[in-house]
Amino acid sequence: MSTRSGEVVVVRGGLHTTVQDTGRDGYYSLGIPPSGAMDRFSYRVANMLVGNPDGAAALEATYVGPTLEFTDDRRVAVTGASAPVTVNGEPVPTWQVLEVRSGDVLEFSMLTAGARLYIAISGGVAVPVYLGARSTYTLTGLGGFEGRRLADGDRLPLGEEEIADPPRVGSAVEEALRPDLPDVALLRTMIGLCSYRVTEESMRVFTSTEWKVTKDADRIGYRLHGGRFDFVDREPPHGAGSDPANVVDLGYPLGSIQVPGGDEPIVLLNDAVTAGGYATVGTVVSADLDRIAQAKTGDRVRFESVDLRTALEARADRHARLERVRRALREQGAHA
Amino acid sequence: MANASVELPPARYDHGGDEFVFVELDRAMSLEANFKAMAITSALQEENLEGVLDICPSNASYLIRVDPDRLHPAELVRHLEGLERSVAPLAPDKAVRTRVVDVPVLYDDPWTHETLMRFRDRHQDPEATDLEYAARVNGFASVGELVEALSGSPFLVTMIGFVPGLPFCYQMVPRERQIEVPKYVRPRTDTPERAFGYGGAFAVVYPVRGAGGYQLFGLAPAPVFDRTQRLADFEDGIVFPRPGDILRYRSIDRSEFDAIRDEVERGTFRYRIREFEFAPAHFLTDPDGVNAQILEVLYR
Repeated sequence: MSTRSGEVVVVRGGLHTTVQDTGRDGYYSLGIPPSGAMDRFSYRVANMLVGNPDGAAALEATYVGPTLEFTDDRRVAVTGASAPVTVNGEPVPTWQVLEVRSGDVLEFSMLTAGARLYIAISGGVAVPVYLGARSTYTLTGLGGFEGRRLADGDRLPLGEEEIADPPRVGSAVEEALRPDLPDVALLRTMIGLCSYRVTEESMRVFTSTEWKVTKDADRIGYRLHGGRFDFVDREPPHGAGSDPANVVDLGYPLGSIQVPGGDEPIVLLNDAVTAGGYATVGTVVSADLDRIAQAKTGDRVRFESVDLRTALEARADRHARLERVRRALREQGAHA
Repeated sequence: MANASVELPPARYDHGGDEFVFVELDRAMSLEANFKAMAITSALQEENLEGVLDICPSNASYLIRVDPDRLHPAELVRHLEGLERSVAPLAPDKAVRTRVVDVPVLYDDPWTHETLMRFRDRHQDPEATDLEYAARVNGFASVGELVEALSGSPFLVTMIGFVPGLPFCYQMVPRERQIEVPKYVRPRTDTPERAFGYGGAFAVVYPVRGAGGYQLFGLAPAPVFDRTQRLADFEDGIVFPRPGDILRYRSIDRSEFDAIRDEVERGTFRYRIREFEFAPAHFLTDPDGVNAQILEVLYR
């Protein structure tokens, strides 16, 4: 086991690559969303592969991967979306422990499925911890690497390797344990919050429509197209505002679905506003936020109404899948 | 004075997926609903319950972020129902220690004026300014009278959120004296940093430049959000306002505005802050008396 720290050179930053971890807890009431990796399963597996502790900071790249040049020996793993990956121009597998040396260059081609790549590097990305996390929140420039997405020429600090028996180089996550990246992502959703504002017929349309992801789809939220909501007539309550979609401003759960104009619903994600005055009609369960994170502009999503028990089962399933990955990696042997 | 007290319905408990519990105390805004939200969330805060990640009091509701691996969300709801029964926000002897803060505002300033003129096509009344429109729909004879009403009585910070540090403030006057305006017909794509805005029955100060739908009434010279934590009031955090703070949006003139801007630039600005023992029940029986006392303590 080595104890050293170094850096990795960002030759090209890609389209939107940020440093993320499990996110920032405890600041929601100040209007600071948790941020953090959007596809938590892929992020966690990437860390597991390189032997990082849970919660180590990794890179999340949207649509276009970065080009990274290493300055020392590291283990690296790429998970999440599908894309051809090369080291020094030679194709290398994803969902597998790779070994790189000083001067090696990791590069990506166009994504073939999914929207977000996760790149974990042994030792983790060692940007300073800010408000309890290394996650980047670009809207106000908090955390991560200088509070922003990575740019060409950045040099990211890397941490010391901490785990004594990391998975062996070449260890891989079998296909069956990787997330599927379907054409239509099914999002299990707990209906509620302010769904009383919307007619029953509209809520039926909501769960039977295949919604299309518009170009307004980022870490803040996904705007969807494909149907419309009719509101229940009412006398606006004091303080709400006169628009039928207005409610007295309230907190928005991460994953909640707001319906500002009645036409394009917005699923609020990791960097979203924490509160506001538009009606929300339900919340995507946490396990399926991984799925919407891998939906890209033009893809379709569908909402399925579930109860709390199903939501918790989905969460437990994801956890069990992570443990199966951990076990499978252990069975493939430790790093020499 | 006559005080039509607001009877709150029983709280409505709901799950925002597996990681959030949403509790609606009322669909209409009232100080009573906010006092209840504050009382329950502060009681919860003190309990330090394992698995509770974020406690967010809101205007007439509250939101809890929970780690379901450590605390079952249904169990949390049962616990919150218990708090609803045991916490008495309007008990006669119930008082909370809070801050009273002087927040200077240059009403009808040139910067928000420039912005709002660029977005007249998104406004209810393209022929008037936001202040002229708000004065008219609220029955004030002039913009001056409206500003006097806004500046005259303090506001309670009833929620922080939307973006980091944005305080939602509800004026501490009976409902019939509340100023209400609609939000823009279509939101603006631009709002100056520190703009003093108004939407529904809420006043806000925009922490950062960006989109916004609230009517634009003025500009605050001092920040509510400071990522660099350069000013002394931001020593403990990047966000200045806290839920439960009492803010007085005092009308200032251009020379005072410039002087404060200068202090902010030099890093010497400090808000005028006083401690105040606030008793919600007492306030509801005599709002004007308590407000006079608040201002007396603030400028003593």
